[in-house]
Amino acid sequence: MAGSPEEKKPGGVRKVGLIVNPIAGMGGRVGLKGTDGAILSTARALGAVPQAGVKAARALRRLALSADEFELLTCPGEMGAVAAQSAGLSGFDVVEVGDGPLEGDPLGDGAPEDGPTGPGHTKEAACEMMRRGVDLLLFAGGDGTARDIADVVGVEVPTLGIPAGVKIYSGVFATTPENAGNLAVLFVAAGTSTTLREAEVVDVDEEAMRQGRLSASLYGSMNVLVAPQMVAGPKSGGAGDVDAVASAARDVARAMEPGCLYIVGPGTTTRAVTRHLNLDGTLLGVDAILDGQFVGTDLSEQQILELLDEADSRGSVEFARARIVVGVIGGQGYIFGRGNQQIGPEVIRRVGTDHIAVVATAAKLLSLTRGVLLVDTGDPELDRDLEGFRRVVVGVDQETLFRVES
Amino acid sequence: MTERVKLRDYHAAVWSEPVVMEMGYPGRRGLAIPEAEDGVRQAVGDAEQLVPASMRRKAPPRLPELSQPEVLRHYLHLSQQTLSMMGINLFGTCTMKYNPRVAEQASMVPKMAELHPYQDEETLQGILEVIYRFDEMCRAVSGMDQFVFQPGGGSHAAFTHACVMRGYHGARGELEQRNEVITTLFSHCCNPAVAATAGFKVINLMPEENGYPSVDALKAAVSERTAGLMTVCPNDLGIYNPHIDEWVKIVHDAGGLCFYDHANFNGVMGLTRARDIGFDACMYMLHKTFGASKGGMGPAGGAYGCTEELAEYLPVPIVTYDGSTYHLDYDRPDSIGKIREFWGNAQVVLKAYAWVLAMGADGIHEARELSVLGNNYLEKLLMDIKGVSKSFPNMTKRRLEMTRFGWDQLTQDTGVDTVDIQHRMTDWGLDAYWMAHPPPIVPEPFTPEAGETPPVEDLEYWAAVLEHIASEAYSNPEVVKTSPHRQAVHRVDFAALQDPARRAMTWRAHLKKRNPEG
Repeated sequence: MAGSPEEKKPGGVRKVGLIVNPIAGMGGRVGLKGTDGAILSTARALGAVPQAGVKAARALRRLALSADEFELLTCPGEMGAVAAQSAGLSGFDVVEVGDGPLEGDPLGDGAPEDGPTGPGHTKEAACEMMRRGVDLLLFAGGDGTARDIADVVGVEVPTLGIPAGVKIYSGVFATTPENAGNLAVLFVAAGTSTTLREAEVVDVDEEAMRQGRLSASLYGSMNVLVAPQMVAGPKSGGAGDVDAVASAARDVARAMEPGCLYIVGPGTTTRAVTRHLNLDGTLLGVDAILDGQFVGTDLSEQQILELLDEADSRGSVEFARARIVVGVIGGQGYIFGRGNQQIGPEVIRRVGTDHIAVVATAAKLLSLTRGVLLVDTGDPELDRDLEGFRRVVVGVDQETLFRVES
Repeated sequence: MTERVKLRDYHAAVWSEPVVMEMGYPGRRGLAIPEAEDGVRQAVGDAEQLVPASMRRKAPPRLPELSQPEVLRHYLHLSQQTLSMMGINLFGTCTMKYNPRVAEQASMVPKMAELHPYQDEETLQGILEVIYRFDEMCRAVSGMDQFVFQPGGGSHAAFTHACVMRGYHGARGELEQRNEVITTLFSHCCNPAVAATAGFKVINLMPEENGYPSVDALKAAVSERTAGLMTVCPNDLGIYNPHIDEWVKIVHDAGGLCFYDHANFNGVMGLTRARDIGFDACMYMLHKTFGASKGGMGPAGGAYGCTEELAEYLPVPIVTYDGSTYHLDYDRPDSIGKIREFWGNAQVVLKAYAWVLAMGADGIHEARELSVLGNNYLEKLLMDIKGVSKSFPNMTKRRLEMTRFGWDQLTQDTGVDTVDIQHRMTDWGLDAYWMAHPPPIVPEPFTPEAGETPPVEDLEYWAAVLEHIASEAYSNPEVVKTSPHRQAVHRVDFAALQDPARRAMTWRAHLKKRNPEG
């Protein structure tokens, strides 16, 4: 469960898994927006060199100080063993990865030890590590790698990303490779406990981004290590996030009025609102709540419009007839038009632009790359209506004013 | 500019001193107390019976048994390990300045040190006069009508304002409606905290491209629900909001009160006055801006001042003067009551009073100019260091008394971060720098503040040390990451500190956790 302290198994040495996506981050220095798909050969042609292994080694050097306190399980060659060796670790175990060309292998040669690797390798390695019972899975890569890991691991095992990719919009990465190592040290240290936080895996469409369009989507979530709250400070932007999500969610949940239809968008923060009502909302879908109960989950735009029809037919209520509750999508700051297209222009117009509650943690708002919230509802006129300053609920009785742009 | 600076090879004393509970020898004594004479013994009777039975120990306490020289040596060693470094301290947002020894002396003379607030006010005329006259000095620099010194520090003075604001709106029957306090992200973090503590909802404004929120953002935030604005200026980055007078007008037009948190007063003292800008109230920290000592959780002092309109809500007592005698006025029916016992840290007020008398109006002007000049000179030196960047670089107007920088570039290049550098600088005899108040916005931040007291050579030495560490980061990052190397204790085991099974606050708890069986 998110937020619950992960107690060390009595008597056992912790098993740490490491997966390096060796091609992650190669596009950045040559001005590409990532290395998903066929762009890899372009990156190599432009002189891109592997980054992820170096960054994984930086994290492992911190971990190497506690070498007696954990067993390392990693992958062959550039997918982990090289980084582990260069960090001075020895005696680690290696899982078998790759047996002929794999799904998504960009150059089709499927050789992880000396050639490029693909999503298939990452997933295969993650599966094997799950099977061998790792207590913590570290991975070095970017948002694409995080997606692959999330597909396999989900929220089952604590994870932490070592930032090494070009795109880092997901909340599953430590701020620096060293900080990833520091957190892992705390995790493996005898008798200590670390906090876990459910964090979102977000990815942008690289092809669209190369054409100058931003298109972020939410792909899932993982349980990641966060710094213990006692050391909150500039090094631990994520510290306290568990409480912050709960606090923001509580503020929204307790303000809910009877007789009002609440259309709750996707994301971990909005799902915390539904959980506050003892309901189990969907992570990626849109749910609807009336008087503390679900009246629909994982709804389509058409289904939401039908619920609004019903709300209208119930006649007048004291306050608003319906309200929209949305979170903020990853590093870019979309509140409409990315990952919640079900809440389309007609829905927003019928609910009213004054009846929208945006909920997010302060940490998430502060991490937004452009410092503004974005809307792209597909209706330019509505987008303009949504522009300007908007209050975002960040905690109980705490709001932050944020500029909305389209 | 810093190449001619020679770095000093500092090294702390290392004594590997044991815990005092592990020291000593049974029967050893620090003082041999002679047996009482018969006459004394007869007059007193059974001395043990003088202590109520319920308070008598069943067995003597298990204290270490040591001689006087052993005790003195032990604590001298500990002080050498922890306090031996009187380094250069440019601890930003805290306005570190030299605390004149004459003021410390004045606060320690028996006439001051032996006063007690329960004395009759007739016998307290001296300190009451000091408080009354210091109130007048604070009025002169702020334009406010009345000050109190009851708060124990800056945040406490801000909390006093939150309570006064509650009193003001409550008296108008608007407290329920006006439940929102507006602040900015780079105000001191006590501003939202005290507003929330006093029961208000907090509306935070984000910095925009110049490092402060726009007038439009404030306009969008105010409403009939606005209780007031609580803000600093210059902010936590040393950036002055040039529209601050317009801000005050916008909030007043909405019916709110405006509080000027003068946490960063050094950059504007003697130049601008809170009242002249339109503010209804302000606070000063006597333990930083006004030359009284700061730190070590020691006695601080918050000066809270407001306009006549708000004065009726001030905490009691107020020091008044009838032309011949000073009085403590408790008869103020609309007062918010007590913020703290008695009337504040009188010693701190005395030190601040002595500081103002020593400085004079011209001296206060000069101190402001020197602190702004010193910061801008230091900024020039630091910006020449590889890997340093300035927060909000688009803001080209000069920072006032401090500047927030970041090591983001250096961290990306080398993996060395601001905490590593903070550790390493102590190896060169510098006090660890201040990074930033939460939340962390500027990556890998550090915030020096020159203040008016260090000579220019200190600023150059400080910059030279950082330049040296930056070059180490690029050439030999491990030496920085594993620092400090020349302190009494190099690295503290934070994992142990966070581990309830291992950390202990008392010797008894320590023994219990080491040997759970026995």
